[in-house]
Amino acid sequence: MINPFEVIETIKMIDEENLDIRTITMGISLKSCAGPDIDTVCEKVYNKITTYAKNLVKTGEDIEAQFGIPIINKRISVTPIATLVDALEEPTVEKCVKIAKTLDRAAKTTGVNFIGGYTALVHKDYTKGERILIESIPEALASTDLVCSSVNVGSTRAGINMDAVKQMGQVIKKAAELTVDTQGFACAKLVVFCNAVEDNPFMAGAFLGEGEGECVINVGVSGPGVVKCALEKVKGEDFGVVAETIKKTAFKITRMGQLVAQEASKRLNVPFGIVDLSLAPTPAVGDSVAYILEEMGLEMCGTHGTTAALALLNDAVKKGGIMASGYVGGLSGAFIPVSEDAGMIAAAKDGVLTLEKLEAMTCVCSVGLDMIVIPGDTSAETISAIIADEAAIGMVNTKTTAVRVIPAPGMVEGDVVEFGGLLGTGPVMPVKKYSSAEFINRGGRIPAPLQSLKN
Amino acid sequence: MKAVVTVIGKDQKGIIAKVSNILFENDVNILDISQTIMQDMFTMIMLVNMESDKVSFKELSQMLEKTGEEMGLSIHMQREEIFTSMHRI
Repeated sequence: MINPFEVIETIKMIDEENLDIRTITMGISLKSCAGPDIDTVCEKVYNKITTYAKNLVKTGEDIEAQFGIPIINKRISVTPIATLVDALEEPTVEKCVKIAKTLDRAAKTTGVNFIGGYTALVHKDYTKGERILIESIPEALASTDLVCSSVNVGSTRAGINMDAVKQMGQVIKKAAELTVDTQGFACAKLVVFCNAVEDNPFMAGAFLGEGEGECVINVGVSGPGVVKCALEKVKGEDFGVVAETIKKTAFKITRMGQLVAQEASKRLNVPFGIVDLSLAPTPAVGDSVAYILEEMGLEMCGTHGTTAALALLNDAVKKGGIMASGYVGGLSGAFIPVSEDAGMIAAAKDGVLTLEKLEAMTCVCSVGLDMIVIPGDTSAETISAIIADEAAIGMVNTKTTAVRVIPAPGMVEGDVVEFGGLLGTGPVMPVKKYSSAEFINRGGRIPAPLQSLKN
Repeated sequence: MKAVVTVIGKDQKGIIAKVSNILFENDVNILDISQTIMQDMFTMIMLVNMESDKVSFKELSQMLEKTGEEMGLSIHMQREEIFTSMHRI
């Protein structure tokens, strides 16, 4: 018989501590849909997605009902759409947007809540299609509801494509301007990466990479609340105990992910890809990464010591999780999306959590500057410079970094933007007043660092 | 498939009777029962064999939850694997 204490522990984690499976993401390759004629391409894309993902949402709901574990999101990631654009005869922005609308329609038919992969990988240089796709991002995001976009502008192996960095500053500005009514919401669906991963199940940065197969199931777990509650029981103990407690909790959380991933893979008859060992917060009270850091003894997230606390957390999550799953991948680590984390929202409002501190934190956790609202009058060059800084951290430290900032039109420091739902509430955070324009306008490529020469 | 039914809440008369009656009416066999008082809460854990033709997993689970609400108890039914995979290597 099962141990009653263990049963109660599991139920408590789900009922009271917000344990959930954050996402089941089905990766679908669209390589077979490439062709010269846009209408044929769109038809093939729509048919393939709606066929492969026909039962995704229902399967997710069935698993949720039988295992009693909430599965918050069911999503789709696809081959970078730039691949399709390159194969088109005379690609144009209009044709790209047409593909975006097709993705949106397919996502709505299948009932998923996001589709990712409106993507271009340009870490070294652009192809013709990639350049046009990037140009089309603002309109594509403004005219669709569920499409997410990402652009990889740098890698440890290739260096940083500073032309793309410059362009992405302009793209983000334009995306915000096209969605004035929703405070620049389009930018919440757009991520700029360095060292993007090919099997990420999380939005907005999910796409199905070049090395992936025809169709795959990737799962992202969550559970900051569970870690926080576990740490409450070891108040005052030294860091060895803290790390050990997080490891044990992460193991249990990840086992849930592994179970759900295997079950979904079996029921959908699609290979299981990876479990992403992640701590992804939601704006719900008690589901915050910042609260974990504060539980470790910081008065408020963002104060001195935050980077060290996050480093310990991130490492312990991986160490605990890695044994719980056969295949670990994706971004794997703690996320720090400001507007999606109740503790970070409070810390940003208070001014303790600043852009500079977040930048330091991105050196030791899984992604980057995420869901940060900046003043609407921030220049494109300043946004590009923020991207360049973050890409440099990723490039040199051989890790994924990302930037998802929202220059909310008309908003100034101190204002608060309500995105609603999982995307939460974003206090507008200040940026430096001094210009980086001359630096950004140089263009070209920052050479790959010494770290790239591993062979 | 095996499932675990958990009942948590304030102790009262007829908890086991009610829950086991629902299971009986739906052709679900009880394999094991344990009950204890944990942190002042009545806690009952049942292992059941969920191979009934009469009712789907979801329907039975909703029936139990509803009964729980009526009695002021929290009743869950979940596949056994969620517990074994979380706590066993």
